Amino acid sequence: MSEDEGLSVWQVVERARHPMRPYAADYIERLTLDFVELHGDRLSGDDPALVAGLATWHDRTVVWLGQQKGRNLAERVAHNWGMMHPEGFRKALRVARLAAKFGFPIISLVDTPGAFPGAAAEERGIASAIGTAIMEWFQIPVPVVAAVIGEGGSGGALGLAVADRVLMLQNATYSVAAPEAAASIVWRDNSRKVEAAQQLQLTSGDLLAMGLVEEVIAEPEGGAHLDPDLAATLLDEALWRNLEPLLGLSGESLLEQRYDRYRYIDSLVGADPRFGPKVEPR
Amino acid sequence: MGSNCPGCGVSLVTDTLRQNAYVCTCGHHFRIHADAWLAHLLDPDSWQEWWADVRPHDLLEWKLPKPYKDTLASTAEGGLNEAVRAGTGRLGGRLITLGVFDFRFVGGTLSIVAGERLARGLEQAATLRRPYILIAASGGARMQEGVLALMQMAKVNAAVGRLHQAGAPFVSVLTDPTFGGTTASLALLADVNIAEPGASIGFTGARVIKQATYTDLPEGFQSAEFQLLHGQVDMVVARTDLRRRLDQLLRLLCR
Repeated sequence: MSEDEGLSVWQVVERARHPMRPYAADYIERLTLDFVELHGDRLSGDDPALVAGLATWHDRTVVWLGQQKGRNLAERVAHNWGMMHPEGFRKALRVARLAAKFGFPIISLVDTPGAFPGAAAEERGIASAIGTAIMEWFQIPVPVVAAVIGEGGSGGALGLAVADRVLMLQNATYSVAAPEAAASIVWRDNSRKVEAAQQLQLTSGDLLAMGLVEEVIAEPEGGAHLDPDLAATLLDEALWRNLEPLLGLSGESLLEQRYDRYRYIDSLVGADPRFGPKVEPR
Repeated sequence: MGSNCPGCGVSLVTDTLRQNAYVCTCGHHFRIHADAWLAHLLDPDSWQEWWADVRPHDLLEWKLPKPYKDTLASTAEGGLNEAVRAGTGRLGGRLITLGVFDFRFVGGTLSIVAGERLARGLEQAATLRRPYILIAASGGARMQEGVLALMQMAKVNAAVGRLHQAGAPFVSVLTDPTFGGTTASLALLADVNIAEPGASIGFTGARVIKQATYTDLPEGFQSAEFQLLHGQVDMVVARTDLRRRLDQLLRLLCR
């Protein structure tokens, strides 16, 4: 396991995107023995950028969600590089409602450059699909733990990461926009991606310091891709460490705590002291 | 404001245009900002602003291409107070809570302060079961506040959920332009979504879509009319007709 390896921010971005980095399906395969994949949003389609299903984990049924990039070109095309269409967000919530019906906890593995930036996604309502998903996560009364395992890109990541505990792998990133997109917005030039990345504060250490994630999960020396089995073991331990204390909580108190987690999420960043729980709403 | 209308090319008389809520006789809707919106929609002298003292900070120490600190200082000098203004007012005598985006402030971007003011307004409307009206005009989340800006989408949508659970009416008006983290948070989650004629509304901007997918986009892509056709808004309403239409909707929803 590695401590701080002195990587530059851009090196971290490259590790998060490393083509051999374990993807959601690699972890699900290592963490479970009886995974059953579920398909479809029950409205119009199935989004292969999101893997969803049921599996036994730590002696209970858990609902798994994972954004899946694909290892080779054929897989990447099939999974659309982990970039979800509206159907993916609708599928996530459809499966989350299944979890709520049976009281199963949910584990969400986040790994996406962002939602699909294409005409078809716009035509089918990508914005309202993400917005609705984010809102409805606050109404799913079972424990939800999310882990950013690679890239946490923008609204496409947040749509799967409204959770009671959010964890990040050491070399994962989580950003308001991919560095290229941020550069394109502030410079109108996506070649300034490295400078954008340096300013975005998107590393796991940055997010932990801002109080936006509960835990950073150590990776094997040199990155998760060098020892996927060890990376999976470390992920397993961290997920359980964070999920277990939630299992005894009532749905009502989970939802209340989830609301407060996001309502006051910026209260730890040393912002204006009037932010956060110190201020009565109204 | 230019001297000729980009819609019809006819030269404009500012006073005439102002009297017509900045809508040209050809139907072109000029962008207007928070103060003009409040004057246009609300009963005279009914606006009461809330949480104007919550101010932005350069938490990420963002330096390039322009220090965020300087951006904040220059917008403040220009008399602007963040990308969202929140408060209460009366529309046709009825008390409402409002959130109004101001595109002049860093492109109306969703920031910590914007998110905080939206969430507080939504919570207030939920608690009092009072109608909430949103006027959206936004480029999306604010890059200079990084992932903290992204988190505002969750903060705000959590509050939208509570508003709906409380049974308080929510009407959203999407104006030119509304994109990214604003469209993908609260702007399309209202009971009734209204778009202004000709407004560009979407998630990913057309320039980025073209770059990412190497495709040309059809005429009218992401227009208000496109969003009506694709089921994302309930109606396209001219600004000159909006006050009457909101009044009618609130009368039907507040029973």
